[in-house]
Amino acid sequence: MKSITATNDFVVKFANVNGSGSASANEMFAKSILRMGVPVSPRNIFPSNIQGLPTWYEVRVNERGWLGRRGGVDLMVAMNPQTWDADIAEIEPGGYLFYDSTRPLPKSKFRDEVRTLGMPITDICNATYDDPRQRQLFKNIIYVGALSVLLGIEADVIETLIGEQYRSKPKLYEPNVKALHIGRDYAQRNFSAEPIGLAVRRADAVGDRIFVDGNDAAALGCVYGGATVCAWYPITPSSSLAEAFQKYCAKYRIDPDTGAHRYAIVQAEDEIASIGMVTGAGWNGARAFTTTSGPGVSLMTEFIGLAYFAEIPVTIIDVQRGGPSTGMPTRTQQADLISCAYASHGDTKHVLLFPQDPLECFEFAVQALDLADRLQTPVFVMTDLDIGMNQRLCAPFAWDDARTYDRGKVMTAAELEAGKDFGRYKDVDGDGIPWRTYPGTHADKGAYFTRGTSRDPYARYSERGPDYLYNMERLLKKFETAKTLVPQPLPHKAAQPTKLGVIHFGSTAPAMEEAIDMLECDGVHLDTLRVRAFPFADAVAEFIAAHERVFVVEQNRDAQLRSMLVNEFGIDPARLVPVLHYDGTPITARFIAGAIARHARGAHATPQPAQAANA
Amino acid sequence: MTYITKPKLHHPSLACNALGFTRRDYEGKISTLCAGCGHDSISASIIRACWELAIEPHRVAKLSGIGCSSKTPDYFLGQSHGFNTVHGRMPSVLTGAALANRDLIYLGVSGDGDSASIGMGQFVHAIRRGVNMTYIVENNGVYGLTKGQFSATADAGSVSKKGVANSDAPIDLVGLALQLGASYVARGFSGDKQQLVPLIKGAIAHRGAALIDVISPCVAFNNHAGSTKSYEYVREHNDAVNRLDFIAPRTEIVADYAPGETIEIEQHDGSRLRLHKLDAAYDPSDRIAAMNYVHAHQAKGEVVTGLLYVDETAQDLHAHLGTVAAPLNSLDAAALCPGAATLDKINAALR
Ligand SMILES: Cc1ncc(C[n+]2csc(CCOP(=O)(O)OP(=O)(O)O)c2C)c(N)n1
Ligand code: SF4
Ligand SMILES: [Mg+2]
Repeated sequence: MKSITATNDFVVKFANVNGSGSASANEMFAKSILRMGVPVSPRNIFPSNIQGLPTWYEVRVNERGWLGRRGGVDLMVAMNPQTWDADIAEIEPGGYLFYDSTRPLPKSKFRDEVRTLGMPITDICNATYDDPRQRQLFKNIIYVGALSVLLGIEADVIETLIGEQYRSKPKLYEPNVKALHIGRDYAQRNFSAEPIGLAVRRADAVGDRIFVDGNDAAALGCVYGGATVCAWYPITPSSSLAEAFQKYCAKYRIDPDTGAHRYAIVQAEDEIASIGMVTGAGWNGARAFTTTSGPGVSLMTEFIGLAYFAEIPVTIIDVQRGGPSTGMPTRTQQADLISCAYASHGDTKHVLLFPQDPLECFEFAVQALDLADRLQTPVFVMTDLDIGMNQRLCAPFAWDDARTYDRGKVMTAAELEAGKDFGRYKDVDGDGIPWRTYPGTHADKGAYFTRGTSRDPYARYSERGPDYLYNMERLLKKFETAKTLVPQPLPHKAAQPTKLGVIHFGSTAPAMEEAIDMLECDGVHLDTLRVRAFPFADAVAEFIAAHERVFVVEQNRDAQLRSMLVNEFGIDPARLVPVLHYDGTPITARFIAGAIARHARGAHATPQPAQAANA
Repeated sequence: MTYITKPKLHHPSLACNALGFTRRDYEGKISTLCAGCGHDSISASIIRACWELAIEPHRVAKLSGIGCSSKTPDYFLGQSHGFNTVHGRMPSVLTGAALANRDLIYLGVSGDGDSASIGMGQFVHAIRRGVNMTYIVENNGVYGLTKGQFSATADAGSVSKKGVANSDAPIDLVGLALQLGASYVARGFSGDKQQLVPLIKGAIAHRGAALIDVISPCVAFNNHAGSTKSYEYVREHNDAVNRLDFIAPRTEIVADYAPGETIEIEQHDGSRLRLHKLDAAYDPSDRIAAMNYVHAHQAKGEVVTGLLYVDETAQDLHAHLGTVAAPLNSLDAAALCPGAATLDKINAALR
């Protein structure tokens, strides 16, 4: 069997044990390739566990810049005996296996069509280090050294990264560089005679892009967007967002004169309390947000209805994971759309934003804070584990210093004093958005009673039918207004005119772009539309109307976005073909292209969902 | 039902406070509660306390949960912003509001169902965080608004109007608050304004989490023989540990009481609480002694009222979080946004 040969286009997967210190070495491996100008997109695959269970780190190297998960593994770095059999089985025919050969393994444990590269890492470590902790930790950097020789990654690039990592602990620099070279020397002595077919070659395909995870980016967006109150309850995969907000605030939100904090972060007792605090802070004129995942949203729903009906700005960042219930807490999905869009009892509808990558996590977090104030309503940023917890290459963050915060329609003491009429729930501007006052504004004007019960336009308790209808219809009008304020959908035209279209959103974007490229090579042309918010802009309905068949690609079982499109536009469901991937792994271009190609050729009359294969 | 405004005719003989406001300026809409409901008496005490303290009404934010008790913020302080939140969740909303603007006075009103059942978690955590608030539980031992089911504060053996005896152990909010670290803990009785008004004034002047559990008979569902939250029972079993005078900052000290029976506590704002001890053994600065005292008397079926505990050196949540002196809701982009140059540096570190 011929071994795979590929330059700047392959997948390396590390199989490790959780808590063994592999994460930082693996990240250094990925970053060294980036520093050589070659795009990578790594993904953590980890269990709901702190120590001892298997964890994987999959790095896709791709000079063309495809950042979606590819599927398949060309080089497996098998460091976990527990998962050995499954890891070996996953290697593509003609691929490579790098492993710790200290303990001899029977031939039956290997595959003929996979080339093995054994290195006695444990032996080397035991001979070099006395301290058991060091023996474990340096194993990781030693294998990075060996891989760097196998793949042609420059040593000084990794040395620079080690220097950056240990800038504040210079004592650790030397031993790490030494370990790196132990690995390199071994590989040069033992593997150079017969180089492998995979190689990294210097390129110029990264540009000025940054490498960051979506949770970090969204947290930074909350800092830039002026959030001062954050209330949260720990839940994977959202916790690192609140923690990153804490980290950035400690750096950028300290009063230089007094050292006092220009922020308040409360780890609440549960998600009901966190949304309650955000509601209280929003009511009282502070920008506030919470971050959570599916189960947290479920707990928050009563408050979300209150904030909708009483018209209080609230920003919720939902980092979606696999549901229902505890589901797959460390796997990715886009399965909270319906539970967020229509969260709470009674007739409710909420604004959702769908970021595709960390840059949009940053931008949409800022925008959500503005929209919540402008619209006086809950706004969700619907990210997911794939974007949130994996570092992703994206365009750099940008900020215009002339930008100010849109605090929406807030009546001031001066306006009240001047006699401006204040009807808290009155539509005076024709956009459905009423004016509000902050508590404590004026001695005898502008106070009102906020409640979840029905009221008249002057906030007076009323169960009169006409008052209730006025209010509910005004809320609908406000939702119409929201349509024009939210991020608009982004269309992309196929190379030639086509009757086929694709709608997708959020973290599906990189796999989608690649799938379109694959399909185009196969002669299947599709226009695409990336939906970036709910309520859907009219352009979404126009896109559907302009195509005979539209595929709706999403990462959930029940075609939730499709249901919402059918529901909101009253579209014939037969026009929308679901393409659904929901096994917890990030969707791949291979999966999308396969599903669409089958349908495009088969021309089914009624849509059959393209089910998740184990891709 | 629509709302009813209260006619605002100022009687010339009505006394004015330091701000020139009469008591009418602290009133709200006309109550829709049952005539004789203890909750209305508590509203009257709140009005009286705020008037006597000469608080600017609009500097108060009044928040509540859901229940007859939680409706009452509509019936006092008509010039204050109010927020009738969801059942049992007033504490979190109040916490968020207090974080947003530390300069307002936060008054939380709740019921025993609201705080001791559905909202127990939030009650507990708001108190242990030391949110700067006056938290009043209007405690009638039943769910008034849903027509008389037992609440979690109903005493074991207490009999409902329908004749059913409560078999569950009661939750004592005062005992809990003491254990949770509340820095001002009192119990009052809606029928005793003389004691209640100064307790409310002391709580408002206090910096930190102040809880007042006010026994407030429900005339519709829990004011019969067999109820331990009835007017009659409380009047008979009330063991008042002290009476309180509230002395505002810089006001003249009135005639002294006999030494040994009076102690004074000075709060952060310079106001003083003068306690006339009815029980010589009672020391409101000793948390553990207070817990013992309350429990011992509870075991005898006595309802201990008065200021049970106060820590005048307490810190509040803002102090714990180290927030700036200016209200967070007043900070603008210049104070909050790190700007483009910093973002460029952040970008550079992410390559
Ligand atoms: C989530 C939810 N569950 C149930 C209710 C119904 N409910 C309204 S008031 C109330 C009990 C109120 O009791 P309490 O707090 O003691 O107030 P009271 O009426 O006795 O003053 C209940 C159960 C509700 N409003 N919300
Ligand atoms: S039902 Fe009870 S608590 Fe409610 S208003 Fe009537 S007396 Fe008061
Ligand atoms: Mg009650």
